[in-house]
Amino acid sequence: MDTSNDNSERSPDAGGEVSQPRMQVERQALGERGTYRQDYISFLNYSFFYGPAQVLYDIELAMPDRQVTALIGPSGCGKSTLLRNINRMNDLIDGVRHEGELLIGGESVYDPHLEVISLRKQIGMVFQKSNPFPKSIYENVIYGLRVAGRKKKSVLDEAVERSLRRSALWDEVKDRLHESAFSLSGGQMQRLCIARAIANDPEIILMDEPCSALDPVATGKIEDLIHELKENYTIVIVTHNMQQAARVSDRTAFFYLGKLVEYGETQQIFMNPANSQTEAYVSGRFG
Amino acid sequence: MKRFFDEELNTLRSHLSLMGEKAIEQLRAAIKALVERDRGAAEEVRRNDDILDELEVKIDEEAIRFVGLRGPVARELRLVIVGMKAGHDLERVGDEANNIAKRAIKLVDERPVKEYVDIPRMAAMAEDMLRDALSAFFDGDEAKAIDVCQRDGEVDKINKQLYRELVGCISERPSTTTAAIELMFVSKALERIADHATNIAEEVIFLLRGKDVRHTDEIKKTQ
Repeated sequence: MDTSNDNSERSPDAGGEVSQPRMQVERQALGERGTYRQDYISFLNYSFFYGPAQVLYDIELAMPDRQVTALIGPSGCGKSTLLRNINRMNDLIDGVRHEGELLIGGESVYDPHLEVISLRKQIGMVFQKSNPFPKSIYENVIYGLRVAGRKKKSVLDEAVERSLRRSALWDEVKDRLHESAFSLSGGQMQRLCIARAIANDPEIILMDEPCSALDPVATGKIEDLIHELKENYTIVIVTHNMQQAARVSDRTAFFYLGKLVEYGETQQIFMNPANSQTEAYVSGRFG
Repeated sequence: MKRFFDEELNTLRSHLSLMGEKAIEQLRAAIKALVERDRGAAEEVRRNDDILDELEVKIDEEAIRFVGLRGPVARELRLVIVGMKAGHDLERVGDEANNIAKRAIKLVDERPVKEYVDIPRMAAMAEDMLRDALSAFFDGDEAKAIDVCQRDGEVDKINKQLYRELVGCISERPSTTTAAIELMFVSKALERIADHATNIAEEVIFLLRGKDVRHTDEIKKTQ
């Protein structure tokens, strides 16, 4: 999960006292699903380098708003790098550079007027291994809000309940909100991290193999949660589990050696891929 | 645990249920047209066959998508496979009803060979088997599915008996040859419908037990 220590604008329903400009994104929440912007997150001729090593090559990829896009491919294919470019997590590594454009809602994430912290505030992130803070369940959820200077108890209480409900954890923890987050099971901790990610009311949730450390039941709960969350959030998920990509995503992008091999509707990618490498990969014969 | 894609299985079930109703409707309408010598009604049955064809395609699409995207295992996997196979059987029931309607149209211009007694009786038995096989599927009722399998022999018996009678009619009154042959086709179509009902019942047993009982004496042993 991304937390920040700036005082950014609060969302209308998250509550809070502070208001500052944040990245303006163009979202078209109009009518039926499918009328949303189809290129909400856009990579345009995008390449990325770790020092002299190029890891992404001329990526052209448009991810729709409020859908789940799965990034698949063998280890080292660049999918996690691509995911971490979206919230500029890779900026923290020395010697990185990019070419091309990366737009969210039509606006470049590299716009010199854009504060990286502000960008990261609207992009929650969930990692492979759940990483709750050594605090109570309650404090974990509102950590980002506290850092942002929100103090009003009613606002924080509301954010905790809303986030835990949205992450399908409320019923399981509502009577022990002040117990340590470490008292939760692995699957619950991961849902807590999702609750923490959405407490800041982000637009986008990035998930980097969120279920790889979970048992099938916990995995099922996270998958069901992803399905529900896409009503309100644009989700990008990296997964090595082909069945998971097939189950939870609307669109799937297959990467190999830093190149986007094929991108399309998940149904098409898994049932009738156009590229023979994609077919070999999704059927477990390669990679 | 309820999963977000459970509704997709319910859709598949409801399409199968609709298909079952339509197949039975077609069978009843075809037999009625035959017995009442109603050309218009028989033509209507022939026109309506497309509905079952479309439903079969829809069920196949839904099932293939579910297997491809949801990764079903165990009973859920068997349910999808059985759904597809039952859909195919019901489409074949529709084809047989269509066939009966075609024969009914030809028989309108023929002098009756004999009073319609065995054909409606066979049709009622085949319809009951079909209805019970479907209800066994939707209710998960293995005993009912076994019962359907065991009734198939009765319909076969009437079919053979009717065949012999009609051959006798042809020998005694050669002028009835055309009509008698058409009725043999009708009888055979009803016997095939009972076979499809039996197939569905066997598929239900596979769904519930996870064991294929076709071409074995498993069901006889249950008697």
